[in-house]
Amino acid sequence: MKIRVIVNGRARELEIDAHALLLDVLRDGLDLKGAKRSCDMQVCGACTVLVDGLAVSACTYLALEADGRSVLTVEGLADGESLHPLQRAFIDAGAVQCGFCTSGMLLTARAMLAENAKPTRADVLHYLRGSLCRCTGYRKIVDAVLAAAENAR
Amino acid sequence: MTVLRPFTLHRPETAEEACALLAGLGEDAAAYAGGTELLLLMKLGLLRPRHLVDVKRIGGFGDISDGAQLTIGAAVTHRAVEQSALVRSRCSLVGSVARHVANVRVRNVGTVGGNLAFADPHSDLATLFLTLDSAVELVSSRGRRELPLAEFVRGPWETARASDELLASVRLTPWPSETAAAYVKFGVHERPTLAVAAALRVAGAHDGGGGRGDRIVDARIAVGCVGPRPTRAAAAEARLTDVSITDVEEAARAASDVAAASVDPADDLYGSADYKREMVAVFVRRALRIAAARARGAEPSERFPHAVVA
Repeated sequence: MKIRVIVNGRARELEIDAHALLLDVLRDGLDLKGAKRSCDMQVCGACTVLVDGLAVSACTYLALEADGRSVLTVEGLADGESLHPLQRAFIDAGAVQCGFCTSGMLLTARAMLAENAKPTRADVLHYLRGSLCRCTGYRKIVDAVLAAAENAR
Repeated sequence: MTVLRPFTLHRPETAEEACALLAGLGEDAAAYAGGTELLLLMKLGLLRPRHLVDVKRIGGFGDISDGAQLTIGAAVTHRAVEQSALVRSRCSLVGSVARHVANVRVRNVGTVGGNLAFADPHSDLATLFLTLDSAVELVSSRGRRELPLAEFVRGPWETARASDELLASVRLTPWPSETAAAYVKFGVHERPTLAVAAALRVAGAHDGGGGRGDRIVDARIAVGCVGPRPTRAAAAEARLTDVSITDVEEAARAASDVAAASVDPADDLYGSADYKREMVAVFVRRALRIAAARARGAEPSERFPHAVVA
């Protein structure tokens, strides 16, 4: 079947199977490897992408659901060579260790800041619940999100 | 890489159309909404439907509507429940609990109907809804019926839904305004190890007290995740009737012990049966304390490790 989807700002027309998962279409079809397959059961957040601004687990989301919608992956976060403020804040706070969770953390944080520009620490912890960092570097990740929110003001 | 087995997707726009598909396809078809439960089981090969019937385009399935009861359409997402002003005004605890279901990605996609129809024993909604005199609406080509939630959920991943029936909505009966409630869940995994919903209705709470004004006239306690299905703890509820809301401690202790004795836990990866029984006693007591504090207009600041208070 054919779907029309905007991926990272670019309109695409994709031929997919009804049973194709969004994660595979992004990684294998479009060579966007930022979203990771990890737990494969919506528990860890490594495959997080935004569909019309909402965080979803691409590992357990049919690609056909993205038809007529806009998908943002971590590759679409920076503006050319200029990093997104969240990416900048993650670097400044030392919030990136092995990097495996980073794309999901960044996108989840972006979805949260679009809803709530002035989050408290508790708000960030609540929203990032279910986004797992295997290096356990949570404190710096939360610091980075709060710093990005602060910088945007 | 996990590959789903091929299937044909159907996108009916009316319940009649969907029911005709389910009746015609029988066990080969599965109703599909958010897919947060269904796709997981399909990836594991535990379910192999050759047809998915997408219920998200059916009129009314995505609506939350008001009346004597609060009706939540089967395809309403947890996020929509969390953000609904109607839910907040009619029964705010339902919105608070929705805010804590799984994680934000699941809440954005997963639906109330899917959650109830899968009857995963480690879910939040059924436990809470048992304290709200809930009923589910089932539709099929044969007609329409309403079943109390307690009869709908039969056991782990087992409901009273026939294969040609579609879960259309759930109807909640909001508590009278003089009711204070709490929902507490505990667990170190994604899905809770146990969950307790407690609601205490106080006689004439808004009459400024006096006479029987501080007495509990209706106590509801539901315990979920520890047994094969969530259940009301009727014997524990009885321990609270006519107890003063300003002095619930002793009755809460008695009720929590009775509740622990009434559950039917099994040893599994979440813990031993003995452990779960003990935790039920602990968390029923905590949920009652919090509900009682709320009835008195206070919001306890106490928090518990690995627990969520809604």
